[in-house]
Amino acid sequence: MAEPPVLEARNLSISYYTRAGEIPAVIDFSVEVHAGETIGIVGESGCGKSTVAMAIMQHMGTNGAIVGGQVLYKGRDMAEMSQEELRKTRGSEIAMIYQEPFASLNPSLKIRQQLMEIPLTHEGASESEARDRALQILRDVQLPDPERVMEAFPHQLSGGQQQRVVIAMGLLANASLLVLDEPTTALDVTVEAGIIKLIGDISRRFGTAQIYISHNLGLIRETCDRVFVMYSGEVVEEGSIDQLFRNPRHPYTHGLFGCIASPSMDKNATPLKPIRGQLPLPHERPPGCNFGPRCDFFKAGRCDQDTIPHRRVDEQRGHYARCVRIEEIKHDQAESKPEQKDPLTLGEVVLKIDRMQKYYPVYNNSIPAILRGERVRHVKANESLTFNARRAETVAIVGESGCGKSTFAKVLMGLETATGGSIKLEDTEIAYQPVRKRPPDRISALQMVFQNPFDTLNPSHRVGPQIGRVIQRFTNARSQDRIRDKVFELLDIVKLPRDFYYRRPRQLSGGQKQRVGIARAFAGNPAMVVADEPVSALDVSVAAAVTELLMDIQREHHTTLLFISHDLSTVRYLSDSVVVMYLGWIMERGTTDEVFSPPYNPYTEALLSAVPIADPNIQKREILLEGNLPSVMAPPKGCPFSTRCPHRIGEICDNEPPPEREVSPGHTITCHIPIEELKRAKPVFEYHEPASESVG
Amino acid sequence: MSDNPTATASARPSRIMGFLRSIALLRESWFGMIGAAIVLFWVLMAILAPLLPLYDPLDASVRLVPPGGEAFDGGTHWLGTDNRGRDVLSRVIWGSQRVMVWAMLAILCAYAVGITMGVLAGYLGGLVDDVVSFFANILLSFPVLVLYVLIIAFLGASGVNIVIAVTFTTAPIVMRIVRGLIMDLRTRDYVAAAQTRGESSLYIMFVELLPNARGPLIVDVCLRFGYTVVAIATLSFLGLGLPPPEPDWGMMINEAVELGAHAGHVMLAPAAALSSLILGFNMMADGLREISLRD
Amino acid sequence: MLIFIARRLGQMLLIMIVVTIILFTIFEFNKMNVAGQVLGPYTTEEQRQLWLEQQGYMEPAVGRYFEWVWGVLQGDFGYSHQLRVPVNEVLWDRLRMTAILGFWLFALMIPLALLFGVLSGIKEGSLRDRVISIGAVGTTSVPEFASATFLTAIFVFWLGWLPGTSGMYDGWDTRQIILPVLVLLLYGGGYVVRMTRASMAEVMNSQYIRTAILKGLPYRKVILKHALRNALIAPFTVIMLQLNYLLSGVIVVEVFFAYRGFGTLLLDAALFGDIFVIQACTLVAVFVAVLSYFLSDIGYMFLNPRIRVS
Repeated sequence: MAEPPVLEARNLSISYYTRAGEIPAVIDFSVEVHAGETIGIVGESGCGKSTVAMAIMQHMGTNGAIVGGQVLYKGRDMAEMSQEELRKTRGSEIAMIYQEPFASLNPSLKIRQQLMEIPLTHEGASESEARDRALQILRDVQLPDPERVMEAFPHQLSGGQQQRVVIAMGLLANASLLVLDEPTTALDVTVEAGIIKLIGDISRRFGTAQIYISHNLGLIRETCDRVFVMYSGEVVEEGSIDQLFRNPRHPYTHGLFGCIASPSMDKNATPLKPIRGQLPLPHERPPGCNFGPRCDFFKAGRCDQDTIPHRRVDEQRGHYARCVRIEEIKHDQAESKPEQKDPLTLGEVVLKIDRMQKYYPVYNNSIPAILRGERVRHVKANESLTFNARRAETVAIVGESGCGKSTFAKVLMGLETATGGSIKLEDTEIAYQPVRKRPPDRISALQMVFQNPFDTLNPSHRVGPQIGRVIQRFTNARSQDRIRDKVFELLDIVKLPRDFYYRRPRQLSGGQKQRVGIARAFAGNPAMVVADEPVSALDVSVAAAVTELLMDIQREHHTTLLFISHDLSTVRYLSDSVVVMYLGWIMERGTTDEVFSPPYNPYTEALLSAVPIADPNIQKREILLEGNLPSVMAPPKGCPFSTRCPHRIGEICDNEPPPEREVSPGHTITCHIPIEELKRAKPVFEYHEPASESVG
Repeated sequence: MSDNPTATASARPSRIMGFLRSIALLRESWFGMIGAAIVLFWVLMAILAPLLPLYDPLDASVRLVPPGGEAFDGGTHWLGTDNRGRDVLSRVIWGSQRVMVWAMLAILCAYAVGITMGVLAGYLGGLVDDVVSFFANILLSFPVLVLYVLIIAFLGASGVNIVIAVTFTTAPIVMRIVRGLIMDLRTRDYVAAAQTRGESSLYIMFVELLPNARGPLIVDVCLRFGYTVVAIATLSFLGLGLPPPEPDWGMMINEAVELGAHAGHVMLAPAAALSSLILGFNMMADGLREISLRD
Repeated sequence: MLIFIARRLGQMLLIMIVVTIILFTIFEFNKMNVAGQVLGPYTTEEQRQLWLEQQGYMEPAVGRYFEWVWGVLQGDFGYSHQLRVPVNEVLWDRLRMTAILGFWLFALMIPLALLFGVLSGIKEGSLRDRVISIGAVGTTSVPEFASATFLTAIFVFWLGWLPGTSGMYDGWDTRQIILPVLVLLLYGGGYVVRMTRASMAEVMNSQYIRTAILKGLPYRKVILKHALRNALIAPFTVIMLQLNYLLSGVIVVEVFFAYRGFGTLLLDAALFGDIFVIQACTLVAVFVAVLSYFLSDIGYMFLNPRIRVS
């Protein structure tokens, strides 16, 4: 072995020092990264994956420190480098791509200055050379009009453009190692897909080694060669993509896959299997295996002893797991066939939306705008929405940012009023009634579960009274004791202990808060509940449990559920019918099966293809979209999707709004392309039965 | 999803306990601790003034006795006497009571007005906000002391008028702070949740929103209390404050300045007292802010 | 951009108009007292009434308001009943004296305060930061007339280096302005130090500074090119707003040191009830304050590309 690995970490341990004392963030982390290789580190929030990235950069901040082990760059111990050597290594040998592009760019320097300083500092390039290099890299990351981007300040670029600039910055130095910390988390899926492809292409071209950090198993599967799964500061399993995704052996890894909905799953036939409990806080880790308290295979006396060694699995090269019972656990046998749940029969139509329209006026007070008579313009947040929802049905609204799904929810809830069309909730027109003007029974019939768990509860009040308030308003319970009993019942339903009544929201974890949010929404026995991305901010293992809970309560109460999401896998898994939105328009709607199989609206097709899939048995057809989402302020004149559509058929797409065509009763596609032609598309997903063993 | 082991089930603690606990958090900042100790010292002095073995602050004795000098009855004037023969130590301690009582009243008044206006402007927005903000801007465009002088010059110097003047100068600032906080808070989901169950604006403003603004407001009260003490003392110093002869820090300095070098001790004692009290408030505010930023 | 400036100017004008109305109204309700102040405490109601009529103060209010505003616009602020001269004769002279005080204050405060603030904020929690921060909290905790007391005790009574009053009756004397400037510098400077430190510390903790460090830039460049530019935006605003504070602090300091500037003029007028002088001084003070807000907004826009280019 002549060539040492590009980067090697040996038994790396990292701690943070806080008021509470030393908190180990990463324990015993070892990795080797060779030239051209892509290593994935995957884990839920707080598992220590970003800390590893910062340790590789030798930048631990004021309260963090490497307390054990070494990081070797091309065989040299980075801890022994002088400040000057370290500075020369950073940025030129090891480059990093960050997860929040806007915060990572200096707001008062032009992109030109921020890019050019890299070759200027590290290679002693001349001004004009540096400029050429910067321009070239902007072209390489496919930014339109690189000359303009060079002269722009960060705030003048869209989120996708900023992310491309940050990537360009990381690639500019032709580093040997690229550390990517959730580089696409802030982006919409269709934009994300393009950027992932771009990073892959460029690093392949230069043979750059990569360390790719993400919480998204699908993304890791599609980009990496080897994977490290981290849990609570430790690597619990590592292996090649194939080993880990086809044969996950650690109970945690295996459990994670059970929490992810895949496009081949169905909520009734194969419900998600959440991992119980939650991540231990760093200073409250159990003795022995950190996953012990949540593990189904936990054996007292063995799993809670000493430290658990990281051992090879089945004599397989490169496959390790940190579990003492690895040989004994047979996942496929232990697996009781998941209990099947009966599908609900759908009832009468509860919500009837007919050509609902919501325009926001936007005032522009600049002189030229006033002279041209364009002082007031309209943002067309919702354009002619039409669909129905029936009792006990789950209707999903999917779309990327700016598609108008949140505006629609606001109008429905009465926080805004519509500017056209009609919304009938159980035959009462509510489109033009703000919530305060609605009769009390209309208000209680329609409740909402909110997106952000950290925002959904009022931090100043205890949990119980917040649920109690809803009961007091919407039911005939009046006495304090009666209300408290009802709150206790609700806490039972959402599987929280009754003493949570007296807790403050800040004492609850994200998942627990979301449960309280669900209890609050169902407290008044609503006919319909709007859930706006209820689990998107939660970790996968917790999200699965909350999703299942929502489903169970719905099943019991026959509630109509309007599920707003950008995550197509979840949508496919839990909804009965789907509405696909883009820039305020409904592009396609129908039952879930209809929307997820041909004929597709071209946008639906691209959206499906962009979803990273963690299931190795699914083959995906790749469709890459060019460019970014257009701004809601300046949408295309004809079809909203015309600027990015791979199937664009000509002028008509740019200039005329597309017609809504019915494929079959209830399934409509809004597109200029004739249905017959769309029917010729092949399915985006193809499911292949695994050759030998069956893996969840 | 299981129980969170850190948070143990607790019986309902009262609101007062909650407040005390947030003050008790100060122990995590030694800086804030010192500040709180200084403030506490002066609060105790103010409360205990009638019980302490002091000379009557109004009774005249020998004039301009130097610190530590002997009193007519054989006792000691620890900080000397002023030009009318009144005991300086006694006047400084009684002065703390006077300045703090009026500062407290003034702050209560200013906060009541400022918070109400700020919550209304911040939550309702639109015309209410425009009108309230306009009047606040007018008041804020006066340099603070000019406004004080103007108000006192026309209303006359009295305790009540000082409360009015402090309200006029401080309420707009409080209003702006509260307005900003409320505008930020009103976009939270729990407010949307309250709206979607049809709560009234009043309920949302004062039950859902205001309690969440208290953190920054507690810090601000500390600072603002200090400023108000300074303002009251400054007005006395300028001859526009609380009427004599009751002891008053600003007035003591004013009287002593005219006497020059003979009265150095008369001047330094109230100046040191005032500075230490303000230092206490500032350190306490800094400590509280530091703690609130931490979690 | 131009629209923004025009709108801010409009707001300024509106505020000034409202302030003139307020000032005029206050006087209207207080006429009798003014007459009493001028004529002495032992005059009768009728005598005062007569005096007001002679002075023309019983004419319809609206007409007199416009007359007064028109006069002010032409630089005629009326007549001082206390000093028995037109207000103009004293006002400009006093303003000049205060301007000198202000000039020296800013000339010293800006470089010193920014330097200490930046040094302190570069490394939050370091010894240097602690020392500077505590010092700044200390100086901002001592009100002007208290620090004036301490400095007088040290430099006048004890060391005897400097004069204790700054009346300058025998013409300009630089030694007499040192203490007033020093007092204002301690309080105002401490405040700017704290603001600059907070701003600098925030920038140093930002992700874009991390980006700059991890790009492998030399530390000096990280500070000079990446940090300072962002960190100095907030202190700029604060410094402009100091003009407003200066006008408050100046009254106290001038009174303490008997410095014959704008502050003593206003206070004497307020104690006497010298109506035109009060009005003139207040108008000038408000004008300066509003102007400083305006300049700080404009400056903020120029310094901050996020607002400038959009």
